[in-house]
Amino acid sequence: MDLPILIGSILAASPPILFAVLGETITEKAGVINLSLDGSLLLTAMVGFVVALHMDSVIAGFLAGMVVGSLIAFILAFVSMTLYQPQVATGFVLTLLCRDLAYVFGKAYAHIPGPQVSHAAIPGFSDLPLIGPILFDQNPLVYLSLMAVILVWFFFFKTQPGLLLQGLGERPAAAYVRGVDVTAMRYLYTLIGGAIVGLGGASFSLMVKPGWARPYGIEGTGWIALAIVIFGGWHPIRAAVGALLFNALQTAANLLQSVMPDVPTQLFSTLPFPVMILTLLLVTIGNADWTKRVLNRLPEGMRRFLIRTLKALQTSPPASLGTIFKKE
Amino acid sequence: MNKEFIRRIIPLQIAAILLALSLSAVILTILSISPIDAFSLILSGAFGSPAKLAYVLTAWAPLLLCSAGLLVTFAAGLWNIGIEGQVVMGAVFATGLMRILQDSLPPSAVLLLAALAGLLGGALWGMLVGGLRRYGSVNEIFGGLGLNFIAGSLTVYLILGPWKRPGIGSTSGTEPFPPSLWLPGFKDFQASPIEMILGLIAIASVAIALRDTHFGLRLRAVGMNMKAAFLKGVPVDQDLFLAFGLCGALAGLAGWVLIVGTSARHNLYPLISSGYGYLAILVVLLANLKPFWSVPISFSFAAISMGSLQLPLQRQLDSSLGGVIQGMLVLSVLVINGIRSRWLRHEG
Repeated sequence: MDLPILIGSILAASPPILFAVLGETITEKAGVINLSLDGSLLLTAMVGFVVALHMDSVIAGFLAGMVVGSLIAFILAFVSMTLYQPQVATGFVLTLLCRDLAYVFGKAYAHIPGPQVSHAAIPGFSDLPLIGPILFDQNPLVYLSLMAVILVWFFFFKTQPGLLLQGLGERPAAAYVRGVDVTAMRYLYTLIGGAIVGLGGASFSLMVKPGWARPYGIEGTGWIALAIVIFGGWHPIRAAVGALLFNALQTAANLLQSVMPDVPTQLFSTLPFPVMILTLLLVTIGNADWTKRVLNRLPEGMRRFLIRTLKALQTSPPASLGTIFKKE
Repeated sequence: MNKEFIRRIIPLQIAAILLALSLSAVILTILSISPIDAFSLILSGAFGSPAKLAYVLTAWAPLLLCSAGLLVTFAAGLWNIGIEGQVVMGAVFATGLMRILQDSLPPSAVLLLAALAGLLGGALWGMLVGGLRRYGSVNEIFGGLGLNFIAGSLTVYLILGPWKRPGIGSTSGTEPFPPSLWLPGFKDFQASPIEMILGLIAIASVAIALRDTHFGLRLRAVGMNMKAAFLKGVPVDQDLFLAFGLCGALAGLAGWVLIVGTSARHNLYPLISSGYGYLAILVVLLANLKPFWSVPISFSFAAISMGSLQLPLQRQLDSSLGGVIQGMLVLSVLVINGIRSRWLRHEG
């Protein structure tokens, strides 16, 4: 297969995980962990497909996915920030609950054809050599998801509300002193994050993997997305790179499979997961205390190189991630 | 149980159960299925005949073992989502040992050694999560999840590769073990008392260990405030390793039960853990980390899970409805707990 088509197919498969990673990055940037991602993706995929089928409109499907995504996020926000229950526990319960809800409500819609988003080449650009087929001969959602990455980056780092958002996750007390209603703003960004995750779920069922089934075949993606948020260091562009790398890895696994037909297929589909642990190890190992001790014993040149590499990879979460802000 | 407890806690749990049931009823009504019909189907699916009850008890044992393990890690404030993989590795180690020794040792010795192998396999996989956390700063949730998937693919590899059935290598699993390597059940009741006794002993020992031993005290101190515990001289790293190892060992024993249990399939197959680990997380959350309560709660969860397997057979309903009810129960308890603590706050 030639390279442009390969890269094009990686991009074509990327909107769901890009949206999921972006949504969670926004939520976590505000200091809230929404652990329900895996279930959220399944439930919004199912709802998006069913609504699009009934209303015969993919737009309605995407809207429904976003509404359900923010509804799940609202439950998480309410139980953890208003009722002060543990955030991780709430998210975990919601993950399992949403997955099972998706299976229960989706049963009647398994394996039936429905509407899906059609291809939209951008006239004039799609005929460009090399980048034409990669960038401009795609699904509208691919354009949208790539634009969303830039938009979120711009919002985070170039706008006033974006700076405020970072303050919510880093130093909520300081934001509060400056007159920000921390809990209300965290609600807002949790809901927005949830809606974007819902967009990701719906782009599974209306584009990348049209329809519904049990198992749907994307189980586990939400957990990967949560790991990519860490890998991305809560930075939208780095997170997007992580998401695309993950998709590239999956594509590579599929290719390897066709090269080595003797190896069981199920093995390749799990390949991305060990890689996920390894990358997490790479970005977090710099935080461990023993790495410094070991590094100090190495010769100067190598030490500097390793420290620089680890520094470049290293990420650390928003300082107040997962903690609940109480006024008193 | 004192009066205060009965006055305050019991109505709360009942309110939570009612809330969860009514939410599930709403869902069923949306699906135009009578809630009464569905609930009674689940009940008769769980208790309708001795054979069905035996299945519930069979599911109860691994759930008890996993819950016992999670009580340890939760006490230390750890989220051992990797428990699924620890169950799988217990099953893998037990299977491996039985394949090697089944022709050379008496069955009871093989069963016993396989149990030890299961304990070991689970413990190693659990300590790997601990190691990733300690030496790699990889959060235990993600380390555990990744290891779950790896354990899953390892099983598939073994089933289709080195351990495949003669002639047909299929994902249906390895060659089943002969009845001599099954835990003994009763003549007309296919559940082994050994499994349940093991589960109950596990819960009881964990309860005692957490309450009455120095280790338990230290773990709870770590769970409450890791930094403070460290400053007070608690060997935090060592204790966390031990907690992961213990939880993994109990989960591994559950994996052994899933291989040798009376009603088990008696072979290694993909997804052998079938969500017992995750379900046990819900059990322990619902029990509010109390060992005593995890016994009845795990039993009812086993009943709901097994009972809802009847739903797709009798009605056009997915068996995940059981999971919905279980999830709703935990969510309701969180909500009602929250409402109560806010209400008490205003009162005081």
